[in-house]
Amino acid sequence: MIRRVGWVLLALISHWRRHPLQLGCLVLGLWLATALWTGVQALNQQARDSYDRAAQLFEGQAGKVLVSPDGQSFDQAAYVTLRRLGWPVSPLLQGSLEVRSAVSGPEIIETIQLVGIDPLTLPADSALNRGMGTQDMAGFISAPGQAWMAQDTLQRFGAAEQARLVSTAGVALPPVRIRDELPPGLVVVDIGRAQQLLGQPGRVSQLLVDRQFAESQPALPEAVSLRWEQREEADLQRLTESFHLNLTALALLAFLVGLFIVQAAAGLAMQQRRRQIQTLRACGASALELTLALLLELFGLALVSGLLGLVSGYLLAAALIGDLSASLRGLYGAQVSTHMDAGWGWWLSGLAMSLAGMLIATGAHTVSALRQSLVPSRHPPGWIKAQRRTLWSLSVASLLLLLGAAVLWVAADGLLAGFALLACLLLAVTLALPLLLVALLGIGRRFARGPLSQWFWADGRQQLSRLSLALMALLLALAANIGVGGMTEGFRRTFTGWLDQRLAADVYIRPAGENQAEDILRWLRQQPEVTDLLPSWQVDSKLAGWPIEVSGVIDHPLYPDTWPLLDAYPQAWQLVHQGDGVLVSEQLANRANLQLGDTLGLESPHGTWTLRLVGIYPDYGNPRGQILVAADKFRSHWPQVPVGSIGVLSDGDPTALAEAIESRFTSARVADQSSLKAYSSRVFEQTFAATAALNSLTLGVAALALLSTLLGLADTRLLQLAPLWAMGLRPGQLGLLSLAQLAVVAVLTCTLAIPLGLVLSWLLVAVVNVQAFGWRLPWHWFPYQWMQLGGLAMAAVLLAACLPMARIARARPDSLLRQFAHEA
Amino acid sequence: MKREARLAVLCLVVLLAACDGRDDAGEGFAGLGADASAFAQVTPDRSLSFPADHQAHPQFRIEWWYVTANLKDEQGRDWGIQWTLFRQALQPQGVEQATAGWNSAQVWLGHVALTGRDQHLYADRLARGGVGQAGVTGAPFQAWIDHWALSAPERDNASDAQRLAELRVRAATDEFAYDLSLRSNGPLVLHGEAGMSRKSTGDQASYYYSQPFYRVQGEIKVQGKRLKVSGQAWLDREWSSQPLAADQRGWDWFSLHLASGAKLMLFRLRSDSNQAFTSGSWIAADGVTRSIAPAAISLRELEHERVAGRKLPVVWHLQVAERDVEVEIRALNPQAWMGTSIPYWEGPVEVTGSQEGIGYLEMTGY
Repeated sequence: MIRRVGWVLLALISHWRRHPLQLGCLVLGLWLATALWTGVQALNQQARDSYDRAAQLFEGQAGKVLVSPDGQSFDQAAYVTLRRLGWPVSPLLQGSLEVRSAVSGPEIIETIQLVGIDPLTLPADSALNRGMGTQDMAGFISAPGQAWMAQDTLQRFGAAEQARLVSTAGVALPPVRIRDELPPGLVVVDIGRAQQLLGQPGRVSQLLVDRQFAESQPALPEAVSLRWEQREEADLQRLTESFHLNLTALALLAFLVGLFIVQAAAGLAMQQRRRQIQTLRACGASALELTLALLLELFGLALVSGLLGLVSGYLLAAALIGDLSASLRGLYGAQVSTHMDAGWGWWLSGLAMSLAGMLIATGAHTVSALRQSLVPSRHPPGWIKAQRRTLWSLSVASLLLLLGAAVLWVAADGLLAGFALLACLLLAVTLALPLLLVALLGIGRRFARGPLSQWFWADGRQQLSRLSLALMALLLALAANIGVGGMTEGFRRTFTGWLDQRLAADVYIRPAGENQAEDILRWLRQQPEVTDLLPSWQVDSKLAGWPIEVSGVIDHPLYPDTWPLLDAYPQAWQLVHQGDGVLVSEQLANRANLQLGDTLGLESPHGTWTLRLVGIYPDYGNPRGQILVAADKFRSHWPQVPVGSIGVLSDGDPTALAEAIESRFTSARVADQSSLKAYSSRVFEQTFAATAALNSLTLGVAALALLSTLLGLADTRLLQLAPLWAMGLRPGQLGLLSLAQLAVVAVLTCTLAIPLGLVLSWLLVAVVNVQAFGWRLPWHWFPYQWMQLGGLAMAAVLLAACLPMARIARARPDSLLRQFAHEA
Repeated sequence: MKREARLAVLCLVVLLAACDGRDDAGEGFAGLGADASAFAQVTPDRSLSFPADHQAHPQFRIEWWYVTANLKDEQGRDWGIQWTLFRQALQPQGVEQATAGWNSAQVWLGHVALTGRDQHLYADRLARGGVGQAGVTGAPFQAWIDHWALSAPERDNASDAQRLAELRVRAATDEFAYDLSLRSNGPLVLHGEAGMSRKSTGDQASYYYSQPFYRVQGEIKVQGKRLKVSGQAWLDREWSSQPLAADQRGWDWFSLHLASGAKLMLFRLRSDSNQAFTSGSWIAADGVTRSIAPAAISLRELEHERVAGRKLPVVWHLQVAERDVEVEIRALNPQAWMGTSIPYWEGPVEVTGSQEGIGYLEMTGY
């Protein structure tokens, strides 16, 4: 039997030899689908792996650490004091450091996150301690020591293990040791060396505390002025979850569109192989043998295209990882390795996805080809009847999906439900497309005058049976582009406008510690060009159980004049400064479900501070919740917290002022308004770069789906066109007529895509974004963008039509004549 | 007692390997036999001077401050406590470097234990030298790691400071705590040749002195209960760069308070290839100390018990011919196992026979 299956398989494969283009489309479709899906999966996996490494780094510390009240580094004497009181604390010094490779070749300068630890006191369950033998420990402590980093961090410098990197200040780092469990961009050295490299002798930035001990949170001795804080890494996974879900949804869409190509090509191939299959069965091949042979063929094709797709997906991910990593860093402060590293799980699941896609896209065609009767029917069912049946089942499916969307809309909540709603709606409209087009073509036919025009519409309808899948792919891709494009563009405008308002001061300064803040303020007051100063105070706390940043701002007209508010009581700023009013960021209000007028309890060292919510403001791009309170009240609750940032209003040149401050107070972080805006915009662009790239790819894939369908059509079209030729139309006219038919359905599809895209963008803005990022954007219209996208889609359609239509236009009389031979 | 051993233990850990990059095999117990030529060496011509030698000697590789006490509470129950601070140098360093912040290559290790007849509790701590988390200072003398401390009174007169006549020893863990006052009327005792104690027939030796005459008053806390205790304590001080020969696998170390007021220190270093190396000091009640000839010491294991998966001798027969001593030494609690990073046995013992007494026993390398 195996031999017979082999022969059957050979016979089946001969079809592809005669139709290489069909084979090409089939492989290409699955190839693209797999590439887009696995590419995005690789990106997500890469990011998650990086978060995991960050989260595990200080796992044993349960996120509780001791920091100084102002969050700056402090004297290590506090560490010794606590140890001598029996506290199980371990010192940590953290800072960023510019490092260059000392190896020959092009010099590479990278900023790394340097972490100094004391391995002897590090809590025993820390990931850093795991697998560390006593030899390692001694080698780490004693000169020259070791610099631990993950392979991907080291590769940025093009160096090898044992290499010595050098800080840009000229201090050599210890020889490199590879520790792959470390997060990307992070380098661990002994705390003494970190103090040296960072220029902070005798200072530490936080104390890690043994988990069990931290849970009891004993009161700190009076001599030690530190406070408890939650470490941030633990939150990365949760914060970025929605970001990755967004990407996954987009990849799934691309996969789906790719499957349309496969479906179109496979449908055509099966159609043409029906005769062959009947012949094979007549020759004695059993249904089982045929099924096995077809499955083998599908499996082989899926394997080849899947592998091609995996390789391309890997390359795609490698191309996008830079942008993705930059935007995750900008948005969430998350470090993601840009060195791609896909595990075998990724390869296997990618292949499985490719195989499943192949089965889904071709299964129906294969089953129907196998179930056909042995004897060729003398009266093939009329196409109208067949089309009606198809339309009927598509409409039922579409209605069911609409129903599902309605249920989700009413009953479900959350990001996943948002995406499900989106998917239901998109698919419902897509499945209804053939019905809508048939109806529209029917209307056209009613207005048709003359036989040629009537034929034009009626024949157009017939072609829909074959074209509709490709058109669905086009609709889906175009609607997704309009929807996502509208959301992105709307976000861009809102964000830019918000930045312009929000960044009203000319220069922003983050002083390093209390003394420096005082020095900077004193110095600024003496500068003639400085017209006003806006100091503010920041501290981490909890509101309604959510970790937040509390910011104390002074009473200054700039705030009511420029600070954007989404929803607020009249005189909200007055309420903040005179009463116990508080302004809350939109993300926090959404997450904690807060409304104007709510009474909130804020944790402070002096107990719970009761505040009333008087306004909600947008705070785009900030993953953490934030609240604004009056500076004087802030300072009475947190007297130890020094000025955290200073806004400067100036008559002079902000860039020059920023440079002057920077050169005078080197450890402060200074930025003028325009460079802050430029940085924020860059983060924004990077955030959507991956989205935009995937989107354009989806549109390209849809155009390919159309091309593959049209190529198949061109071959069989002659049968319908030959009678027109016989009645006197020239082949060139026939080509143009066909092109016009296609243009009409394509224009109709594009027109339908616009409202669908709008609904999609509204859902993205009003449902998905709110869930994913916590902010709601105003919904914008961008007709120019639709026209652009529609034009692009039409251009893609026409481009795809060129080759098949040219075949028709160039059809030779003998091939047209031959069509009648079959009529006998 | 034999502290060296233990200490060694811990520290060793770290140390040895780092110093010469060689494997642990063939370097004695816990690497204490490893080559240490870059460090200062123990020589017979150096005479010890106090109080200076109570302080750390960072130019030597290992060192310890070792207190053991045999105590009785008000109900007459026996207790033993151990308080140990080990110093290990990862690299040879001068005193100044050794206290210069994180650059110090000194690693400190603390071990504390409380042993009763039916319980044995212990804990350990690690610390870097140079930043103040652990160390030893003079005037007044203080040795500490975290909140475990051995300290002389603020105002100590010169003669008391010279012989560490008065000390307070404190430690606290989640399970137990103690705070004891130690007072000695006796002199310091130098072992071996004026403080140089040989550890093999080769070059291995250490500087070794003791203050064995402490009377103790204080309090222990166990299972949430505070108990008043009193008894006797013994301080050992020892430092070296290579106290063991490469073939020495472990030792059995005794420090005994005899009813006559005399004290006895003796140890036996077991070797893979040679005969065991035995040495001891007889300390009369007035402090006059004589080395005991190895041939005069007869030490036999009488009973064994399974402890932490090993077979350990917990009852010994000891005969010192020239001192007319023939006694049986029995562990108060045979399960006094220190399951620290370098594990060993350390606990109080009772002495019966020609002389009655109490003391401490340490056994390593089993």
